[in-house]
Amino acid sequence: MNTSDFFNFLKPKNELENQGAATENRPFIPDELWVKCPVCKTPVLSSDLTENKKVCPKCGYHFRIAARQRIELTADEGSFEEFDKDMSSTNIIDFPDYTRKLKNAKLNSGENESVITGRATIGGLETVLVVMNSQFMMGSMGTVTGEKITRAFEYATDNGLPAVVFTVSGGARMQEGILSLMQMAKTSAAVKRHSDAGLLYITVLTDPTTGGVTASFAMEGDIIISEPHALIAFAGPRVIEQTIRQKLPKDFQSAEFLLEKGFIDAVVTRNDMKETLRKLLALHGASERKEAGAK
Amino acid sequence: MSGAIDRVNAARSNDRPTSVDYINKIFGDSFIELHGDRRFADDKAVIGGIGELGGRAVTVIGLEKGRNLKERMDRNFGSAHPEGYRKALRLMKQAEKFHRPVLCFVDTSGAYCGIGAEERGQGEAIAENLMEMMTLKTPILSVLIGEGGSGGALALAVADEVWMLENAIYSVISPEGCASILWKDSSKTAEASECLKLTSQDLFKMGVIERIIREPRNLDSVMFTSFSSLISRTFDKLEELDTDALLQRRYERFRKF
Repeated sequence: MNTSDFFNFLKPKNELENQGAATENRPFIPDELWVKCPVCKTPVLSSDLTENKKVCPKCGYHFRIAARQRIELTADEGSFEEFDKDMSSTNIIDFPDYTRKLKNAKLNSGENESVITGRATIGGLETVLVVMNSQFMMGSMGTVTGEKITRAFEYATDNGLPAVVFTVSGGARMQEGILSLMQMAKTSAAVKRHSDAGLLYITVLTDPTTGGVTASFAMEGDIIISEPHALIAFAGPRVIEQTIRQKLPKDFQSAEFLLEKGFIDAVVTRNDMKETLRKLLALHGASERKEAGAK
Repeated sequence: MSGAIDRVNAARSNDRPTSVDYINKIFGDSFIELHGDRRFADDKAVIGGIGELGGRAVTVIGLEKGRNLKERMDRNFGSAHPEGYRKALRLMKQAEKFHRPVLCFVDTSGAYCGIGAEERGQGEAIAENLMEMMTLKTPILSVLIGEGGSGGALALAVADEVWMLENAIYSVISPEGCASILWKDSSKTAEASECLKLTSQDLFKMGVIERIIREPRNLDSVMFTSFSSLISRTFDKLEELDTDALLQRRYERFRKF
């Protein structure tokens, strides 16, 4: 992914990019050069931001990143072998506008689905790696998302490998109706078999992880860690506010809030993530990759 | 009755029998209610206990909306908190220990969306049920008797067979929620209901349910008698399978979606 794609993705959050009438008196800052941190409002040079793994150097805000970039930051260079790259959803229940939405999601993300699965090494240690993609329909879980994740877990179980899953999702994909709900059960079934085989499953929750993903494999890890300040929820804040008709406390449903309530094991910064995963894999006896033919 | 919206309205009707009615009709005086999740509280949106059916002890768990306004308030309109799902799982584990089958009745607009529910891990509670029910070593039968609202319904519907009353609905999102996302207009529920394919006929065609159950006209209906014997026969059939075969079958049931 090049940087301009990255900033397109951030557009709704970055008011410096609104170069319309309302902001015409502002000094012009080319949008590919600077980005404003949505939390501390500091303008950051985009090259510095990239250098810093898309974490604001001033306040530590973790910008959302694309799945491919996450893999780059997590897997050892050249170690990632992707599974089921070409699997892609169709409009299975003939839902209005879904065909067009899918097409746009593919164009915008450059991916075929909301999740990338495969095997990789992390600090030399072999693991199945699953990374959801917020750029594809906000990481929503359709049948292909569920199928890819299920196959990845089945592969891990068959090959005695641990699984590391980065979640980011708006929840089940409404456009696939009840079949998207069934993915919660299907993925949970595969996770359970992996777990019953005595294998390690680490979940890394990233911003935002909500709905049907939270209520299935995201919360089923042996060890659940999260990036700082990630929104982690079953029902999103807007839905709750509409239900109870009151404003929610400021840090409600943040990673730190869940840590305090006892639902996650640790909050780990992006900078420390790879080393943390490597340590955890090592502590559970993950093995080093054998040479070609290991499969 | 033809349009999906008519089914939605029927499924939500206050005149429908609720889980308590089904439990009374099927288990009569044999039913003993058991309370609490042993962690936090007793969630009245979930009723659970043990009853006898055809000479067999059965663990029965239902999402209960309540039959009048007072009951509905008391039972949070059938929307469970995490402790409701944890109570259900506790009773299922108990059923597994004592080798009795589990019968679930599902009737909820969804798991409750509120501060306490989130603080106590609504997502974690549902996820735990999905995972544990998948390998519970005893037969599970779930019947959707009214509304089957998303994850909050699925948390009691990971089963060897899932049945639906003819006018029950089962959906990933409410028609109102779907309409407000799709058309920014939550009043277009009729259109959304059609799109979601949430009727018993739609779901039967998709293989999401095994059976459509005829609606009882009223609480005196003979339907309850035939329904009870159908449940008994189904447990007979499921109990013939050894545990590995039962669990393999359950895995494949959900693996196919």
